[in-house]
Parts: sequence; C-alpha cells; structure tokens
Amino acid sequence: MHTDFLTFDDYQHIGLKCGLEVHQQLRTRHKLFCKCPNTSYTDHYDAEILRHMRPTLSEMGEYDRTALMEFRTRKEILYRLNRDRVCTYEIDDAPPFGLNREALEIAVEIAGLFHCNIVGEIHIARKQYLDGSIPTGFQRTMIVGLEGWFPMNGRRIRVRQLSLEEDACREVSDVGHRRTYFTDRLCIPLIEVVTEPDFRTPEEAWQGAEVIRRTTRVTGKVRRGAGSTRQDTNVSVSGGDRVEIKGVPGTRYIPHLVHWEAIRQRALLEIATTLKHRGLAREDFGDTWKDVTELVRLTTWPLLRDAIAKGHRVNAIRLPRFKGILNHSLGQNRRFVDEVRDRVRVVACLDSEPNLLYCEDPLPNVAQRIWQRAAVALGADEHDSVVLVWGAPRDLQTASEEVVWRCRDALTGVVPDTRQVEEDGTTRFERVLAGPNRMYPDTDMPPVAITAEQLARIQARTPAAPWDRYEILTKEYGLPDDAADALILDGNADLYLKAVREVGAPPRFASHLLTNAYRRLQRRWEAPESIPQEGVLDFFRAYVAGRFTREVAYRVLERLAHDPAAGIEGALAGVPQREELSKLDLDARVHPVLEEHRELLRARPREKAEHIAMGLVRSVVEGVARGPEIRQSVARWFDLEEVIG
Amino acid sequence: MSTPAVPSDRYRGYKGRALDLLKQFGVGVWSLATVKTTRGTVEGLILPRSETFDDLHIVLKIDSGYNIGLDVTTIEDMSEKSFKKADYHIPERVVPRNPALPDVKLLGTGGTIASRLDYRTGAVIPSFSPGELYGAVPELAEISNLDTEKIFGIFSENMGREQYIGAALKCGEAIRAGFKGIVIGHGTDTMAHTAAVLSYMVQSSPVPIVMVGSQRSSDRPSSDAALNLIHAVTAAGYGDIAETMVCMFGPTSDEYGLLHRGTRVRKMHSSYRSTFRTVGDIPVAMVTREHVIPLRDDYNHRRDDTNVTIDAVYDDRVTLLWFYPGMKPDIMKAMVDLGYRGIVIGGTGLGHVNRPMYEALKYAQDKGVHVYMTVQTLWGYVQMYVYETGREMMELGVIPTGNMLPEAAFMKLSWVLAHTDDRDEVRSRMLTPIASEITEREPHDGYLIYQGGIPEVEEFVSRHLK
Repeated sequence: MHTDFLTFDDYQHIGLKCGLEVHQQLRTRHKLFCKCPNTSYTDHYDAEILRHMRPTLSEMGEYDRTALMEFRTRKEILYRLNRDRVCTYEIDDAPPFGLNREALEIAVEIAGLFHCNIVGEIHIARKQYLDGSIPTGFQRTMIVGLEGWFPMNGRRIRVRQLSLEEDACREVSDVGHRRTYFTDRLCIPLIEVVTEPDFRTPEEAWQGAEVIRRTTRVTGKVRRGAGSTRQDTNVSVSGGDRVEIKGVPGTRYIPHLVHWEAIRQRALLEIATTLKHRGLAREDFGDTWKDVTELVRLTTWPLLRDAIAKGHRVNAIRLPRFKGILNHSLGQNRRFVDEVRDRVRVVACLDSEPNLLYCEDPLPNVAQRIWQRAAVALGADEHDSVVLVWGAPRDLQTASEEVVWRCRDALTGVVPDTRQVEEDGTTRFERVLAGPNRMYPDTDMPPVAITAEQLARIQARTPAAPWDRYEILTKEYGLPDDAADALILDGNADLYLKAVREVGAPPRFASHLLTNAYRRLQRRWEAPESIPQEGVLDFFRAYVAGRFTREVAYRVLERLAHDPAAGIEGALAGVPQREELSKLDLDARVHPVLEEHRELLRARPREKAEHIAMGLVRSVVEGVARGPEIRQSVARWFDLEEVIG
Repeated sequence: MSTPAVPSDRYRGYKGRALDLLKQFGVGVWSLATVKTTRGTVEGLILPRSETFDDLHIVLKIDSGYNIGLDVTTIEDMSEKSFKKADYHIPERVVPRNPALPDVKLLGTGGTIASRLDYRTGAVIPSFSPGELYGAVPELAEISNLDTEKIFGIFSENMGREQYIGAALKCGEAIRAGFKGIVIGHGTDTMAHTAAVLSYMVQSSPVPIVMVGSQRSSDRPSSDAALNLIHAVTAAGYGDIAETMVCMFGPTSDEYGLLHRGTRVRKMHSSYRSTFRTVGDIPVAMVTREHVIPLRDDYNHRRDDTNVTIDAVYDDRVTLLWFYPGMKPDIMKAMVDLGYRGIVIGGTGLGHVNRPMYEALKYAQDKGVHVYMTVQTLWGYVQMYVYETGREMMELGVIPTGNMLPEAAFMKLSWVLAHTDDRDEVRSRMLTPIASEITEREPHDGYLIYQGGIPEVEEFVSRHLK
C-alpha cells in the first residue's frame, strides 16, 4: 500500500478534492457504431487521409474556448487507415451503422453494479473534440446511468454518471503543425465512470480507481491488456479550480500525480497573491510586444541565430511587475516559466527546447546587453520581466499572444487546464479544459428505450459486485487478500464459489488453481477461458473424488485447456491416475527404484537422501499415490536400510 | 437540414401519454424542471421532442450537457423551477465591403453550407447572412465580398420546375448586376441535376457559376462545408472558367477541390466527401485555397461584359425509365397514356431494351412521344448500330444520345420540349451539345475506376493521400 506524502489533515487543510473519470473498453464482437471487429491494435496501415478541424459558432456568435484554442494551432491531421480495422464510418465518410446493443447491455449491467439510476431512454450526444483524435470532430456519447455510488473504507463514493461512448484514435506523433493518428482504436466501445470529487487524499483516489477497475471486470465483458483502462484524475485545492490530468499510465501513479498537482496549484495561488500584493491588475497587460529582430541580429546564441538566418522574427514581451515570478517553483523541478513555454509549444506549435527566453533564466542564453536593449525598447523597469520568443510570423503572433494571456492569467491563480502526464512524472498543459457547452444531440440515430423488461433481464444476469465477493472470499473462505483480489480481477470469483460450494473443492486448492495455475497457463498460451465452466467443475469433481492427486493437478488442467472437447476423461487419460494401493503395493513400486540408487542414497545424510529419493521415484509413482504416502514409503525403505545396516 | 423550433409552442413534439403528463404537472418545453421518478430524481431543461418519436418518454437536458429520456411510467412528480424561452434571434453583424476584392453573389437554395449551434438546446441553426458566413468561415472575408440571397429553402430532392426556372432567372439578374461570379449553395442529392439544367438555361455567361454543398453537415468540426465554400468562392471570384460547374472535394482528404462541368458530373457515392465525379472526361479544373488550376484549355473564358442568354423554360412531362430484364411494355404504355411527352431510357449495354418492349416503343412513336436512349453503365457511348436490337429500336423512333448522362439527358429533354414539339427540331436540339453534355470523343482517362485489392492499386493508394 502506498504511503502518502502528507497527512490526511494536511490534505484537508489545503482543501484537496479529487475525482476520477475512468474509461474502460468493452469486449464486444463489433465496434460501437459500425460492424468493424473490436480486436487487437496494429501499426500496419494501407492508406492515409488528411483533414482539418474547425470550430462551430455558438448562438452567441462565440466559439467554445477549447475549440478556439485547437483552431489556433492550425494543425493538419493525418489518419492512418487499416483496411481490416476501419470502414467509411471511422473516416467520417458515412453516417453511423446503428448502436451496438451488445455494448449497451454491458454498459447497463455495469451501471447497475454502481447502483446508478438507469435512464428510460438513451439519447446519443455529440461532444466536440477538435484536437483531431476523432475524425468527425466529435465523439458520440450517451448517458446510461446517473447518481450511483460504491462503498470504500466505510464511506460511499458517489458516481455522478456512467456513459457509453466511442474510443478515439491512437496518436502516432505531434510535430509542428502536423499530428498523426492510427485509427484502429477508433469506435471501440468505452464506458466512462465519472465520480464526484469525493476523494480526499491521493491514496483514496488510487483505491477508488482500483475498486472501479475491479467492478467493471467482474462482468468478464471488458477488454484487458495495455490501454484498455484509462483513468483521468480531476484535482482541485481551496481557492483553486478543477484541473484534469489525462493519460495516467496506471493506477499506481495516481497518488504521485494527485499530490504534485495539489502542490502545483498551491504554488500558482501563491504567485497570484504575490502579484496582487505588487498591485498588478489585468488591465496592466497591454498586448504590447516589440519586434526586436534587429536588436538581436548579431547574437551568437544558436537557436536564435539560426531562426534569424531562416528569416524568422523575434519579439520581446514586457511582463509588468513579474520580477522573479517566472522562476517561482511549482514543485518537481518545474517553474512558472515552464507553464508559459508549454503554452507556446502547444498552441503556437513552436517546439524547440527552449522556445522562449527570459531575462532571469539561470541557464546561459543571449548576452546581457541584449536584455538591456530589449528592456529599453519596451520601457521595462527593474520590477518587470522581459521575454523573447521567435518564429515564423503567424506562429510568432500566436506565441506572443499566448505568453501575455498565460501571464495575465497568473492573477487568477489556478487556470482550468487539461494536463498530460509526461514520462518523468510531471504534467504539462495539453489544452484548455472544455466548457460544458460543447455537446449537442446526434440526429443521425434515434433514441433507444430501455424497458423495464430489459432492465430486469440484465439485472438477473449481473454478477455480484466485487465488494460483496471480497467479503465472502476473505471472511467465509479465509482466503488471503491477494488471492481474493486475483480471483475477482481475473473474473473467476463466481466459478470459484461454485467450485467450493457446489462441488466441495478445498478452498485453498481451488484458489490456487484458479489464480496461479490459470495465469501460468495463460503465459504459456493455453487459454483457460476455452474450458467451459462445466469442464472446470468436472475437474474439481474428479479431484474431490480422488481421481488424481494435487501433484499432477496442473498437468490435468493443462490437458483440459488444450483439448476441452475431450473433457475431464480425456484430460485424465494421459495422466497417472490415483490408485488405491496398500502400503505393500506402494513399496513394491517405490523400493526397487531406490535399490537401484542405493550407493548414491547411502552416501548422503538421511534428510538429504530422502529428498533425492523423492525426486527419483517421482516418475514412477507421482499421481498414483499422494505425496505424503510416497514420503512414508520412502521413509520405510530408509528405515529398513538402517535396520539392515 | 433542421428548421428552428417555434418558441411559442409549449409542448412541441409531445403527444399521447407524454403530453398528458406535462399538462398534468403544469410543465412544458423550456421549463427547468425537477422530476421525481421511481429510478431517482433528476433536474434539467425539458426539450422539444421530435414528432417521429414515441409518446412514452420526456426529454431532458441535464447539467452536464447530455440529453436523457425519462420513461413516463416511472414519473411520479414534476415541478418547474424556472422558465426561459428559446430565442433563435441571431445577432447581425455588418461587414464592410472591401473594394480590392471581387463581388460574388451567393444564392441559397436550401443546403446548409454554414450553421450555428445553440448549445443550450442542441438546435442546429442555418447561417446565411454574410456576417454569419464570415463568422463561420473567416477566410471568406479575405477572398471576396459576398452578397447573399436566399431564393428558397428546401431539400434538394424536392427541387422542380419552379426552382430551376427561379434559379436561372436569379443568375441572369446577378450577371446583369455586374457580379464577378455566382455561387449557388445546394443540397448534394440533386446538385448535378440542377447543374445540368442551369447549363442549358444560362448560356454564354461571362462569369463562373459555381454550385457548392457539403457532404457532412456544416455543424461538424470535420465538415467539408467550409473548404468547399472557400474553393467555390475562389473559383467564382478569381477563376477564368465561365461555365456552370459543381465544386466539391477531390479526394476525401482536405487537399483540393474539383470543378466539374455541370452536364458531366454525377454523385457517385451516398456519403463520401469525394462523391462527385466527372464521368467520361476529366474535370475542368482543380481548386485550392489560393488558386484555380485548369486541367484543360477548352473552356469558356471569363469576359468583362454583363451579357448573358437566359432561356428559362421547362416541361415537367418528361420521365426517366430504367430498363430491367423482364420489363413489360405496359409500363411505358402507361407513361404515354398519362400524358408524358418525353421518355429518357437508361438502357443496358450499348443502349438496349428487351424485345417485348418494342410494341411500347411503337406505341410511343405513334403517339408522338419523344424517346431518347442513354446507358445504365453511365460511362461510354450509346451505339445502337452494333446489334440488331439497337437497329430495330432506332427504326421504332428511339434516338441515341451519344455519351449524355441519363440525368443530363432527362434535364435537357425537359428543357427542349418546353420550346417545341416538332420531332426534328427536338432531335436537332437534343443532339447539339451546348455545354459538353455530349462530347465528341472519350480519351483514355475519361474512365479511371480502379479496383481495390489489386496490388499495384493498393500500393498507389498507400503512397498518396486518399
């Protein structure tokens, strides 16, 4: 279990609130809105197409702010198409081919597990995304359940909604003004579980993610493997605003990310307070910058020199009363200037490192006299900061605007961003957090009613929630936590309970088989899911009936997985069967083998020798008699030897 | 294309049990309501319901922006928290004329080339005034001055005689008023039909007449509407090609548009952006955001004068008959008896029908009905001398139309028959091309349909943007 960086009281003091948005891919035959197969990813592609995204005006004559930001990036989007994974729907050249009912039913099932109120009629909506991750420019999404909850540590964590939606493309690269995607993941059915910000510490957020993950898996109808579950985390502190962190690589990173985001937000609030004390107001920021290309022309600093040689221009920007602010720490070796640089990189598509210079930069950059001259040109004094950006004219314009806007927003404290997780465990600005107003109805498909009969049918086949199972497995059957977890996560808890309750399999043995043995089989490519439930139960029946011993259990299971049609009889056929041997009969098989190796065995101390002896007789009597019986037979030989001398 | 809801209708779209429930609790459309149901309590804005949906659900827009439907049998109570009527009035913005840019007339017939979204209600509202268009497609303000006129607002499959004549007359007006080019916004379903008939009705135009639409509705971020509009306005304002053309995507990528002659273009796929293709020849030009690049030099060049010949007449007693094996003559006889004056046949192969149809052809000939032959294969010429069938049919008065597309031939016959009923006159007019509806020759690149799956084709496709 993870140790928090601060105490519970500390997090309460700063007013940390955290919520989760967990995306889970479903396992269905087809994709959500077309008949392409819902299957593995591939990097192979047969064709490419090029598109651009444009925002749509709202009725107020304005654009949604995220859409506007994306439009300013002027990205070209390239989509790679694989003939067997996508059709005309995915490339937005055909309307949807209807809603996948299999996916809908799984979503309703999972919503029920979270105690959600299921809506009477599903209405499909369009949620606009202009980053290019969906070729239509919007994601088709629908609410299935509202206002649910799940138990955790004796509390109820509220689930705001559960929705069903199509997954987006996988990004290949994002360089300059071109972004490239693979389309195979597009339109795979996804459920989204959105919680209220009820998590009070980073640890709780992590636990919550684990519970949600287990709950979806209990149905056995979700996709597994890398990328099949993605969790986004929302974090805010008192006085701040909601920031969304996307692309969390695994639940175990959640505590780290939440903690450092809280620290970053606190730092931003500090900056805001400092600036206000200095008397800075939003009006103090004119959109004033100056072209200083001539002032900088003779610099020897490489990036700037090369840019000028290419014909790019350089702007100097004055940040009023900003002295020291750009160097203000945000935790994790990041400073406020990095936030500004990220904006320039994302929106103006200027991705050189660095893409911006500032006068207080501790790292070597342009000569001091250039800063002095720029300051004079801008009319900046010792309380101000000066920044240099460079690029092609349109990008430079965008970059200069972004610098001013981001620094002006420092007065607000925390800006509601969507942030992306980087490899070094920090987060970077990815885009402006979308407003609530980028949704509108999808008129390409009619609404779908969920009748009472359907609900009843789905509820009847819904398995018990993991927290129910957990109790039973650990308390009633005494399984250790990790064994119970493994059974639930692997989706075998129901099967386990049947085995122990109906067939009378010993709890520990059954647990070991259905977790360790199953996983071992999976690694060796045998697919235990191919064994039908009855086959597994037959396996346990045969064991309980004493048809084979514990020692050969794995081999029997392996044979069963390899040829499930042959059933338990077929599996047992190639494996030594348990026999009811008298001690004499057993000795008759064991002792001759030991006789053969007499010299070897007598040369060793008894304990070691017995161990070696067990190895020697294994092939002869394993499975025929139980381990303890064989050990006794071996012991009898050693006893005889001692007597004989 | 959606029409905006009428704000005064308190129960718009609701009927039966849903309507009763709304009345019972005193709430209606645009009420912000709290609804108690057996599946929980929910708060949201009650939205209008589409007339074709059932009477068992009430639609609510909830806080997150999603819409949900509540089952009426689960509703226990509804109460109104507040009420705010939807107001679809769009603020007008005046855009000053830039004398350095060409003046282009934009005629609207109904296709939605630009729209706005009311996120509050989810309605898609067509945008058409210059201010709205510049707002939706800012690039237009740098290309030309737009004068917009909505001449009608209908789905293109509902176009007919009135609309064709009206559009042609409006083109004449615009040309005489001195506009440097005309853009016509039109639904894509019958855009080619309208383009063909305007090619006959508007002759010797001194300026380009460019028809444009969108395959993906313009409310979508991915819509082809904006780029099509940019291309069309560029072609109309700056292009040298003074003909009636269709301007739509070349490939499905946002790469370039194509200008197709109105009489040789056809919609070839139900949904692809790249659906419009020139049949039996190459397109007239490519068009990008900056340039019009002619692909040939045998077009009517732009002129400085404002002279044009408008011949806007149309006889709607013409029909199109798509032959199939096993067709019985009674169908054609019925058409003749109903008073149709012209029949364009889509024949198989080089232009054939079956033997039983001969008596119907004779019947039509005797009644003075004008029968013309085109090919179902769309590409290729009608050639009725090669087989006996064809020769026999020509004896019965069927006239081959070279490589006129069936729809272009249908439009032409409708236009010609409004001038005369004299057999020879009709024939002469039909077979004398005005705007390349018949071409003298088909070079090798008039028919380039490559099959997927073939290695070299797949290889080519993989190397170019589709």
